[in-house]
Parts: sequence; structure tokens; C-alpha cells
Amino acid sequence: MGINLLKRIGLSIFVLFGLSILIFIISRVVPGDPARLALGPRAPEWAVQKLRQEMHLDKPLYTQYVLWLDGLVHGDLGRSLVTRRSVTTDIKEFLPATLEIVILSAIVLVFGGIFLGIISAKFTNSWLDGLIRVISYLGIVSPAFVWAIIFVLIFGYNIPIFPTMGRLSPGVVPPPMITGMYTVDSLITGNFGTFVDAFKHLVLPAIALAMGGMAQAARITRSSMLDNMGKDYIAAEKAYGIPEGLIFVKYLLKPSLIPTVSVASLDIAALFGNAFLVELIFNYPGFSRYGISAMLNKDLNAIAGVIMVLGVIFVTINIIIDFIVAYLDPRIGLAGR
Amino acid sequence: MGDLVKIQDLYVWFRVYGGYMKVLNGVNFSVGKGEKVSIVGETGCGKTTTMKTILRILSSQAHIPKGEVLFEEKDILKMKEGEIKRLRGRGVAMIFQDPMASLNPVFTIGDQLAAVISHSGVQDLDKEKIRQLSINALKEVKLPDPERILGSYPFQMSGGMRQRICIAMALATERALIIADEPTTNLDVTIQDQILALLRELVTKRGNSLILITHSLGIARENADRIYVMYAGNMVEVSNNEELFCNPLHPYTEMLLGCVPKLSGGGIAEGIAGRIPDYLNPPPGCRFEPRCPYATDRCREEKPDFVDVGNGHKVACFKYN
Repeated sequence: MGINLLKRIGLSIFVLFGLSILIFIISRVVPGDPARLALGPRAPEWAVQKLRQEMHLDKPLYTQYVLWLDGLVHGDLGRSLVTRRSVTTDIKEFLPATLEIVILSAIVLVFGGIFLGIISAKFTNSWLDGLIRVISYLGIVSPAFVWAIIFVLIFGYNIPIFPTMGRLSPGVVPPPMITGMYTVDSLITGNFGTFVDAFKHLVLPAIALAMGGMAQAARITRSSMLDNMGKDYIAAEKAYGIPEGLIFVKYLLKPSLIPTVSVASLDIAALFGNAFLVELIFNYPGFSRYGISAMLNKDLNAIAGVIMVLGVIFVTINIIIDFIVAYLDPRIGLAGR
Repeated sequence: MGDLVKIQDLYVWFRVYGGYMKVLNGVNFSVGKGEKVSIVGETGCGKTTTMKTILRILSSQAHIPKGEVLFEEKDILKMKEGEIKRLRGRGVAMIFQDPMASLNPVFTIGDQLAAVISHSGVQDLDKEKIRQLSINALKEVKLPDPERILGSYPFQMSGGMRQRICIAMALATERALIIADEPTTNLDVTIQDQILALLRELVTKRGNSLILITHSLGIARENADRIYVMYAGNMVEVSNNEELFCNPLHPYTEMLLGCVPKLSGGGIAEGIAGRIPDYLNPPPGCRFEPRCPYATDRCREEKPDFVDVGNGHKVACFKYN
């Protein structure tokens, strides 16, 4: 297990290295002069020149890359042209906000999806199954921002039980910065009132974001359980007198979760991208919004920084999921017995 | 010999789109204590359905309009969940056709054996005892290195080894009846014989009853005291092993025997023209009538009874009554 983990991490470093080259080149060959964009059309030519020099834009591409890579290993991602702050500072501020949403969303996605799938499979062809299947179809065909708008209308306007704007209610003091995630920080510092407020702000965006993946997970869990129910080994287990409840929650569920987990992992990784519109609708100062605005403004360092962070997150999620799948399915044998 | 299982006039239908598949059509069957019985018939004739009824593991589409399945004189179809559980745990074990599919792919052999043993109704089980019983069971089916096998997964085993493991599961604890549903169909010819010999040896040693389902007359001949011939949801003939081969009565049995390829002088066997009837709209009379060379008008309208023609040799055909 340890050796396999090290191997995976080693390989991931190569992947990230490749990603860094790719993203660096792509961000530099896109037309438009970032220094001019940053300073605006009325800035004098000498100021633009000076900024170009500061950013090493006057040097050849490979020199720029080496300089950038040197900064990267020292934790310095350069300066954002839009916010005029260090990209590292920006990421530290915006990433935890989105992480909060995405983590909650992933939990809802995985557990909600599996739970609904199990219920659906248990009560096949009942009205409950029918209801879950209809909602699943809706979940798959409607993008996250549609759910976000519906939720804002229903739970923010018609039945105002959840806040629909920002990370905290006006007047609530943010907790001291430890992880940057308000819910975690407020719990660490024991500020329960702030925790409840921050959590309430997460609920709607997280669920809106999770809907698609959750629906997918529910459908896959259901069909895979129904599929496995007809397998000989389930009939054999019944024939040997193992109670049906136990068969259902253990011998049927474990093999049925393999496809769900594989697909859910892709959906979780995609949450970061989908978060953009949801953050926009809930006016939530998050990482995805930061990333999109960086791209629209050709904010080179910010783009590269955002992509690298996303790369690391993707790779990490993938490693974790691979190990979960290897645990569920011994045939894969990654966990090493 | 008292009957361990006695099935009387059993009908099993399956609900499908467009009506009912009337699969079992009045099956009569029995197996005595310690007796080895074989059921022979072509694919789709209802052998497995009959066996699944004994364990009540039919799919949810199944519907039983009529019939009795007695196990030690108690009707299985009327049993409550608890009794059925006891029956499955203690009374009957079933070995399935495809050893590749009948073991759970994501649990170790040890885990699966332990689950089977701990729900078999044996008293005072602790972890160590379960382990001991598992190892003994694996030793009994002549698998080398049982400790290692307990920690292995099914995909690490060959087909023959898996079928041995399935037999070990069935025989790990005391059971009255073993049902083996074509246990060798999916195995290599060389392994088939070993598995059957092992099954025969263990069942004889313990005095279990055995129901061996097969579509090979040869396998039935070698392993059974009594042979049932099944066609399209009916038992059409039953007799002692010897008698069935010397004196087949039912036209279907006759034709089945004609299908066995001969080593000398026969050339390639003919096979039986036609196919198993459509279960949605089966022939109203004898179900073999459309393929039968001796069919009369009576066969088209009336279903023949399963009658004794002497010596326990029963046949369902108007030629004999």
C-alpha cells in the first residue's frame, strides 16, 4: 500500500510538471498584451514597457518559464494584474471559500446519491422509486445554475429559510483565518453562532452544485444493484440462508458501489468548474469566479496559479478515489494485499 | 425410504409483458432420504425453476397458482420467513451452474464461507470454530493450502477450484439435501469428472440426499439412483437408472437416447426436430405433442397424467394409459 501510494505520488509529479508546461505555453501564446490590458488603454507607453520588464515579458519564453517555475517551487506565483496582489494571497483567500462548498457538495453528492440509489433499488417500481427516477432525470438534464436559480427562488424568496448571498450575513464577523474555511475556523475557535451562519450560506450552493452528480450516482447505484440482484452469487447467498437484509447491505451493496464511485469521482472533480455560475448566482466570492475573471482579463500569473492548484486537486482526488475503488474491488489490486 | 422432498402438481408462472409464462405445468417429483436423483432435460425446460422453488428463491415475477412442495412433510410454500431461513440454513444447499458467477467477486473465500457457516443454524459458533469448520470444509474438497485460500478472492482461483469451493460451502455444515444444478456444465471436460466424483463421494459418505440436474444422460447414468426426464415444465418419465436406459417409455426419452452419439457405426446423432414450446401460449394438451411422432387427437386436447406402470417407473403419455 505504502509503495503504491509513493508510486502514484511520483507519477503525479510528472503529470503536474507536464501540466505546468502546457498551461504556461497556452497562457502566453493567447493574443493580447497582458501588460497593456492590465494598465488600460490610456496608460503611457513607458509604464507598459516597465511592467513588461517587471514581469519578464520581454525575455524569451523558456527563460520566462524557468523564472516562473523557480517562483512556483518557492511558493511564489507572481503578481496578479487585476487584483494587484500576490497570486498566492489571492488563492489563499478564495480557494478555501470554494473548497467549503465543494466538500459539502461532494458529501451530498456521494452519500445522497448512494442513499437515493439504494432506496430506489430496494423499492423497485414503487411510487418512491418512480419519484427518485424522475428527479434523477431532472437532475441530470438541468445544469447546476438552473438549480441554483430555483433554490434561490424557493428557499430564499418564497420560503426564506436560507440566505442567498455571500459567505456570512451582514454584521457577522468572520472568524480568524486558520484554514480560511469559515465553517471550520469558527468551529476551531468555538464560535458556534458564526458556524451556523456560515453553514447556512453553504447549503443552497452546495446542493445546487451537487444535483447533477447526485442524480447520476443515484441512477448508477440503482441500476448496478438491480443488475447484481440477478447474479448467481446473490441467489446462492440466499440459498445458503444468509438473511436478505444482510445480503442487501453487505454482499449486494459492495460490488454495486464500484461503478458509482468511479463515476462520482469524475463528477466531484468537475464541481470546481461548475462552481463558477453557482458562485455568481449566490454572489459568493470563490475560487472559480476568481479563475474565470483571471482568464477573461488575461491575468497570466493568476491563470497559471489557478490551473496549477486545480491540477493538484484533481490529482489528489484521483489518487484517493483509486484507493477507494481498489478497496471495494479486490480485482484491481492497487491497495496491495 | 421416506420422502425428503415431495413436489405435487406444481405450477409456476412468470409475469412478463403480455401475460404469464406458464413454465412449470404440474410437476410431480420426489427424492428420498439418502437418495441420489437426477433430472435430465434440455435447456429451458424448468429444471432450475423447480429447484429454486424448493428454496423459495424464485424471482419476484414468479407466481405459483397451484401445487405443493413438501420438505419433511411440511409445505415450503406455506412456510413463514423464519422457517424458510432455517430450511435454507440447515436443510438444503444448492450448488450453482457457473462457479465463475456463484461466488461474490469482492469478498474473500474465508468471508463467504464464514457467512454461510454462521447462518447454518449451528450452535455455539465463535470465530475460531468458524475458521476451523471452513478449513475442514476446504480440506474435504481436496483443496491444497486451505489457509491461503481463505484469504483469497474468487478471481484468483480457477474454475475447478471455485466449484470445489462451492461444494465446500454446501457441505461445510450438516444438510439433508444437496441440489447440484449442472455443476460441471461450465468446466473443462477433464475437471468435470473429478468434480462429479468428489460430489458423489462426499454425498455418499455423509448420507445426504442429492438432486443432480444435468442435460447429459451420461452424467445422470453415472451418478444417480433414479432419473427424472423433464420436458417443458413437466416430468415426463421417471425410473431406476438401469430401467430407463433399457426400457425407455416416453417418446421424448426415446428420442433423447437416440441423440447420444455412438462410438461405432452410428455416425452423427440426429437430434430432435422442433423446439421447446412458447410458454406464453403452450399447447393445451401434452406439451410434447407438436414434436411427437405418435401424437393423436387426444394428445392435442388432454394433458396425460403421470402414472405408475409398475416398479416405480412412471410415465406421462397416453401410449401407456
